[in-house]
Amino acid sequence: MENLKAIIEALLFAADAPLTAARIAEILGECDEGAVKSALLDIKSDYSGRHSGIAIVDVAGGIQMRTREDLAPWIRKLKAPKAAGLSQPALETLAVIAYRQPIMKSEIERIRGVDVSGVLKGLLEKSLIRIVGRKDVPGKPIIYGTNRHFLEVFGLRDLSDLPTLKEMDEEES
Amino acid sequence: MAYEIKLDIFEGPLDLLLYLIRKNEIDIYNIPIALITEQYLGYIDAMKSLNLDLAGEYLVLASTLIHIKSRMLLPSREEDGEEEEDPRDELVKQLIEYKTFKEAALRLNNLTLLDRDVFIRAATEEIYNEPFQEELTLEEIGIFELVAAFRRAIASAGYEEALEIDVERISLSERINEIVDILQERKRTTFSELIGDRTDRVRIIYTFLAILELMKLQVLRAYQTEPYGEIRLSAAE
Repeated sequence: MENLKAIIEALLFAADAPLTAARIAEILGECDEGAVKSALLDIKSDYSGRHSGIAIVDVAGGIQMRTREDLAPWIRKLKAPKAAGLSQPALETLAVIAYRQPIMKSEIERIRGVDVSGVLKGLLEKSLIRIVGRKDVPGKPIIYGTNRHFLEVFGLRDLSDLPTLKEMDEEES
Repeated sequence: MAYEIKLDIFEGPLDLLLYLIRKNEIDIYNIPIALITEQYLGYIDAMKSLNLDLAGEYLVLASTLIHIKSRMLLPSREEDGEEEEDPRDELVKQLIEYKTFKEAALRLNNLTLLDRDVFIRAATEEIYNEPFQEELTLEEIGIFELVAAFRRAIASAGYEEALEIDVERISLSERINEIVDILQERKRTTFSELIGDRTDRVRIIYTFLAILELMKLQVLRAYQTEPYGEIRLSAAE
């Protein structure tokens, strides 16, 4: 396809969430995934080659068009009033869920030593976590896990992309 | 003894304890319980004297510390031959686990975050953001109205599915997540909208249970303009 790259670039621009190569191939119809993937590589190097302000990034199992990280100061000015980022309780709770999922609320509270009802509600609303199911123990407690949007927000390809959990004996100075 | 109190910086009792350990440059595996307990209680007293709402968790840990301290005072029975368990072990384990996740949280925060470090094309303004028609006065409804609506939905569903073999398999948690997604997308919906023109009972029941669960979690609120009227659902603030 002559303008394959142009079409893919436009799709990436218009998409609300990361696109997979498979999805792009499906949209294009007569195009196999291999061709899409090589076109994506081309587009990626085009963007980085000409020092574009936009980067094509692998995230949450797909590909997304994002502004370059070092340009954040300018974009923050543009979006000034909307404070981004997560609070410390939210981050800690999210870390416990991300590394220990699927996990019950009581287990999160045991690790953090505080009540997490409010934080869980906030994380559910922000769509960073989801209810995975119910544990088959008395009371059938709800168990939580992270979802795809979590990967997107933290710029991770998949869960194995999480920074490794530093274990006990590595003491910080 | 004067304590410098930084109230908001503690994420909970474990965090306070970690702070004290760091401040005193103590080896986490060999905590001088008497000293730490004294300082910990000092903080608690200070918080109380400032009339701060002291979360119960702080008091639980205080009693744990005192319990450990008293056990440390008891002579160990070495003649048993077995290695005596250090009364601090359990607490140390908990502290280290918490510390691990506290650091993990820090590393998560250092990742490239969407909407903080990198940005995507701004989403088109949500079209569903307009409120319900203004003239409607909404009253918050309770379980019974919800149950009544549920029975109406069931009644109108009839028995048409009796011969169906390929019943759709859905799970409650799936349904809950679907509803959360819908609310995420357009903030408001209605009970009948969630059911759609699908008439199978299983789906109606699961939708109903999912709504109850979400009400319990205070993720959504239910409203009605009149008895037996449509039940409107909106994301809780």
